[in-house]
Amino acid sequence: MTDVAQRNDDLTTWTDDLWQAAVAGDEYAATDAALAALDHGVDMETLLIEVVARVQARVGQEWAANRITVAQEHSATAVNERVIAALALHPATRDAARAEPGRGRITVACVDGEWHGLPARLLAEVLRLRGWRVDHLGAQVPTPHLIAHLHRTGPDAVALSSSIATRLPAAHAAITACQATGTPVLVGGAAFGLDGRYARLLGADAWAPDARAAADRLDGDLPAVAPASRHSTDDLPHLDDQEYTLVTRSASRLVRHVMSELEQRVPEMARYTAQQRRHTAEDIAHLVDFLATALYLNDPELFGGFLTWMAGILTARGVPASVLHPALDLIASRLTEFPRATATLAHARAALRAAESRAAGPA
Amino acid sequence: MAGLTSGLGREATDAMWRAAPHPVLVADADGVIEQLNEPARLILPQAAPGVALAAVAPAWLVEEAGCVPVRGPIGDRVFEARPVRDDDHDGVVWWLTERTDDERVAEALRVERERTAFLVDASNELLASLNLDRCTEVVARLATRYLADAALVILPLAGRRYPVAYCGPDGRVVREQLAVDPHEVPGLAEALQGFPPMPSRWIDPAAAPGWLAREGLGELGSMVVTALPGHGVSAGALVLLRRSGHAGFSEGEEVAARLFSARAGAAMSAARLYAEQASITETLMRELLPPRTRHLDGVELAARYRPSGLSERVGGDFYDLHPAPEEGGESLIVLGDVCGKGLEAAVLTGKIRNTLQALLPMADDHHRVLELLNGALLSGDRSLFVTLVLASARRVGTRVSLRLTSAGHPPPLIVRADGRVEAARTGGTLIGMLETITSTTDTVLLDPGETCVLYTDGITEARGGPLGDEMFGERRLREELAQCAGMPPEALAERVQMLASQWAGDGDHDDMAVIAITAARPARTTGQERQIP
Repeated sequence: MTDVAQRNDDLTTWTDDLWQAAVAGDEYAATDAALAALDHGVDMETLLIEVVARVQARVGQEWAANRITVAQEHSATAVNERVIAALALHPATRDAARAEPGRGRITVACVDGEWHGLPARLLAEVLRLRGWRVDHLGAQVPTPHLIAHLHRTGPDAVALSSSIATRLPAAHAAITACQATGTPVLVGGAAFGLDGRYARLLGADAWAPDARAAADRLDGDLPAVAPASRHSTDDLPHLDDQEYTLVTRSASRLVRHVMSELEQRVPEMARYTAQQRRHTAEDIAHLVDFLATALYLNDPELFGGFLTWMAGILTARGVPASVLHPALDLIASRLTEFPRATATLAHARAALRAAESRAAGPA
Repeated sequence: MAGLTSGLGREATDAMWRAAPHPVLVADADGVIEQLNEPARLILPQAAPGVALAAVAPAWLVEEAGCVPVRGPIGDRVFEARPVRDDDHDGVVWWLTERTDDERVAEALRVERERTAFLVDASNELLASLNLDRCTEVVARLATRYLADAALVILPLAGRRYPVAYCGPDGRVVREQLAVDPHEVPGLAEALQGFPPMPSRWIDPAAAPGWLAREGLGELGSMVVTALPGHGVSAGALVLLRRSGHAGFSEGEEVAARLFSARAGAAMSAARLYAEQASITETLMRELLPPRTRHLDGVELAARYRPSGLSERVGGDFYDLHPAPEEGGESLIVLGDVCGKGLEAAVLTGKIRNTLQALLPMADDHHRVLELLNGALLSGDRSLFVTLVLASARRVGTRVSLRLTSAGHPPPLIVRADGRVEAARTGGTLIGMLETITSTTDTVLLDPGETCVLYTDGITEARGGPLGDEMFGERRLREELAQCAGMPPEALAERVQMLASQWAGDGDHDDMAVIAITAARPARTTGQERQIP
């Protein structure tokens, strides 16, 4: 076996150990697994990025596949957080963080409304390991708080994390606000697309696919930013058509309309419990939210991708994805005056049908 | 001139241009002047018939062989010359028009536009940051880019040194703390005190000390010292430095420098003021921030807090933790919601926390503590009150015993291992309004992994949801908590906070605080612990 293969094999073993402990909600076993990996010579950065981050990614996948419950998902995340906290106190971390004093200062934060705090937390730890002075502001940081922090501390750069695409309009506001203070912005997280396309669209100064790449990017010089305030339409001229604004502002009316119409079209809904009804309303609100985001970015594929994903989630829970069609039809019937929304919905329905026939195909 | 001569005789046309108010010269095909009028003679005194145009006119005019108008200086005036081909005798008639005033206006406009563009740029950059260090750097950099070869910003004395930002010709800014004497530089001490600027011609650049005339700048040619006027006091001073090759500062440039320094001073003052305000808020926040301990004896704790209003950072919710003074003792956890927010709420919160701290020895009697706190608050401003929940936690074997008392606060919810959610049977009047108060205390036992959730009404009263106008409500909270059985306290507190925040969406909400108190699960028996039976 080659060294590389051996190393990957070992990492897989540590990842499995940590995964087992995390999903069992066993903090002690999880911390033991992480410390054992360190004792066996796995370096701290690798442990964070190739073990802890992978376990966290698996938490999301397993939840999507309905193999773990929401409670397990949250517990596993909490255990991972505790593992990171324990590793942060480990002498190996403190020695590394001491190695380069006066390196510079970075603010790490999640976009307003973004609750997935772990990716940012991992980045904060990796940057500390590389000798940066890091201010980690945590999950869902209101943009005014973030800006107040920048004024107070004047960091060299801001690293912004967002996992959920619907936070991209908020991310855009945060990026422009940070840049208006003359602070360059690096963004990362699943929301910005696998290739970082939305990072470019929203005018971020840099994008990184993971914590290690982000740290590498920050090791090089970020472009100096000439502070300049700009409007969202400066980056996204299509917003002039007001479709995003109108859909967002009428979102709850749209959801109410779809709900009441659905009850007439889908007879089973009469038997729904209050909780089921609420979950349905939340699912529809999600649809509208993603539709609005697709309009914000002028990218119908974002909405199509979300529907395909949601179809997978529903199928994993024994709900046929076809339930999405009447909801989409009802939304479309209220937005006929909006050409971009209409085109986005048409694109999404085609994507959904393709996903359905793929799912039905092999059977 | 075929068209003209066909109607009029040559003499008549000659007479016309001779009388023209503009200089006119007629040259033949070889460039020799044939004729010229009086105005032409006045501006080109050596010009005369028979003389080569090249010998008397400036090169810019002579070299032009086409038919396009050209423009250039003659003496200290500027002329535009239009060549008109005369096909009859294969020569050129030059019509000249004076453009001196145009040029002057255009030049003035260019300078003015440049200055305006610079001031707009400067305002943009200066307004961008409320961070004093960054603002100072921007001032030095802008001054170097537009006004000088190097610039130095010096702030009023801080301790024993002067904070200084220097930007050299390479555009790089260095920040330092210098122990220097501003009297070494003519006009600097005065500028730092806010006196009017000294004209640059009064300042001898040779007098500049080494910390001003730095390496890489070369021989100093001229220097301007300007005050940076702040809000009532001087924000510092700006020194502009030019190399000896570079022209000195014109009057217009000194004006631009003064306009710039006025903006720079205002921006630096605003940044200083902001820093002071921010540090006051930060001090208050630090006081109000809950302690970070999460492990008490056998009890795990997690708290999440989200202030309302985007700009309001000192909210009305607070919580506090008083660990047991001795092993096996009771720890006190307090969650409160003060009416109002901002500074006033912060002051009241401080008072409540101090009073509770003093009342700790009586914590075995919650009602007594609340009575005394009520008395203390009644002595102050009657319009302020607080709702509270007190939780005293003690480990009993592997379980945790909790005494819970609510004073006008939503009762705590208990999340059992099997997913049942129970409300603690406690209630009471709020504190700080009435002469006498009532309260009932409930005692609850938590098995390992079970959690007691304290929350403020910002959670249940969050308005929004998918339909837009519903309250989150206690029922929904209980339904959600039923899914949270066995979760670690951080995960549980975060989930509650997340659900309520997402419920509220981008709408307004009150402060939201959640505390989860969980009976710790015993560590798996590993290593040495295994030897203990």
